[in-house]
Amino acid sequence: MKDLIELYLAFFRIGGLTFGGGLTMLPMLKYELEEKKHWVTEDELLDYYAIGQCTPGIIAVNVATFVGFKRKGIPGALFSTLGMISPSLIIVSILAMFLDQFMSNRIVAHAIAGVKVVVCALMLNTVITLAKKSFVSPLCVVIGVVTFLLAVFTSVPSVLLVIAAGILGIMLQKAGRLQE
Amino acid sequence: MSNVYVQLFVEFFQIGLFAVGGGPATIPFLMDLPSRHDWYSRADVASMLAVSESTPGPIGINMATYAGYHAAGYPGGLAATLSLVLPSLIVIVLIAKLLENFNQNPYVKAAFWAIRPAVTGLIAMAVMGIFETSLFVAADGSYRFPVFSLILCALFFAGMNLKKLKKLHPAVWLLAGALIGLAFQM
Repeated sequence: MKDLIELYLAFFRIGGLTFGGGLTMLPMLKYELEEKKHWVTEDELLDYYAIGQCTPGIIAVNVATFVGFKRKGIPGALFSTLGMISPSLIIVSILAMFLDQFMSNRIVAHAIAGVKVVVCALMLNTVITLAKKSFVSPLCVVIGVVTFLLAVFTSVPSVLLVIAAGILGIMLQKAGRLQE
Repeated sequence: MSNVYVQLFVEFFQIGLFAVGGGPATIPFLMDLPSRHDWYSRADVASMLAVSESTPGPIGINMATYAGYHAAGYPGGLAATLSLVLPSLIVIVLIAKLLENFNQNPYVKAAFWAIRPAVTGLIAMAVMGIFETSLFVAADGSYRFPVFSLILCALFFAGMNLKKLKKLHPAVWLLAGALIGLAFQM
């Protein structure tokens, strides 16, 4: 039980002290898990990260689940995951109540209008970063553009488009059309 | 199926299962939700993103908590977040147990080679929606052409890509946006 609580608290600190998730969490994970606790080596952490990126779900949570499972099996995975999401649950719940109450306030509305412009710029940045990372061949660009057009002009659910892309990738591999 | 918690579970479990690539990958799914449920509007997604970017914790988790809170208060936030991470928990435990070198498998690699650009396409579409609802739709619901907002957005985007400012924390930009919003009575 002591080990499980230790896992919970370690990931609570990571979740509560890092903004952004994804890659921005790597330095904090490295500090807490490798340098401080010696639970993982740097290579292991990078492996978990690679797997976390290509499995469904939030990357930081996937890494937490992986480390927890490797240390203490399923209870470890559970406690690590809960530790990672607890700070968000607490902070966002408090803030959501606060924001809903003040959203109608004129001054807050002006501030939020400004924040939304920044969010748009941040999102544009995210899309470009993701495109640079995922458009690794001309065929990838085609997949990305076709998915975009289908999403804009048809009502095919996003879930189906993700599944279709996965099947296409596997079929191309089977047909021997993908080389490293 | 009428129970809001069952609905939250079904929707967020799906998002957790199909949003490959972390937080931003959840946005297209969150933009889809208002067409099926009246938990929040498409326009609210922009505020949800603003809150999630400026609070600690993974963005995807923050978004789920906020969306769930809109649907059914605190228990809703808890239900949405737990449902979102449950698929990860199951998938990661299975992978850790069964497939030591999961990400070396050629078929897994091929599937994700194609899924990643597809998800980028979906996110691009969602971001267009966020531009529309947060810049082009006025407070009273009418359409407008937001010249000032678009120029401001272009300036912020350029600033974020300056070498010297690249490392700046997103919260700094968000704060700057809030101050400009106040100063210009946006």
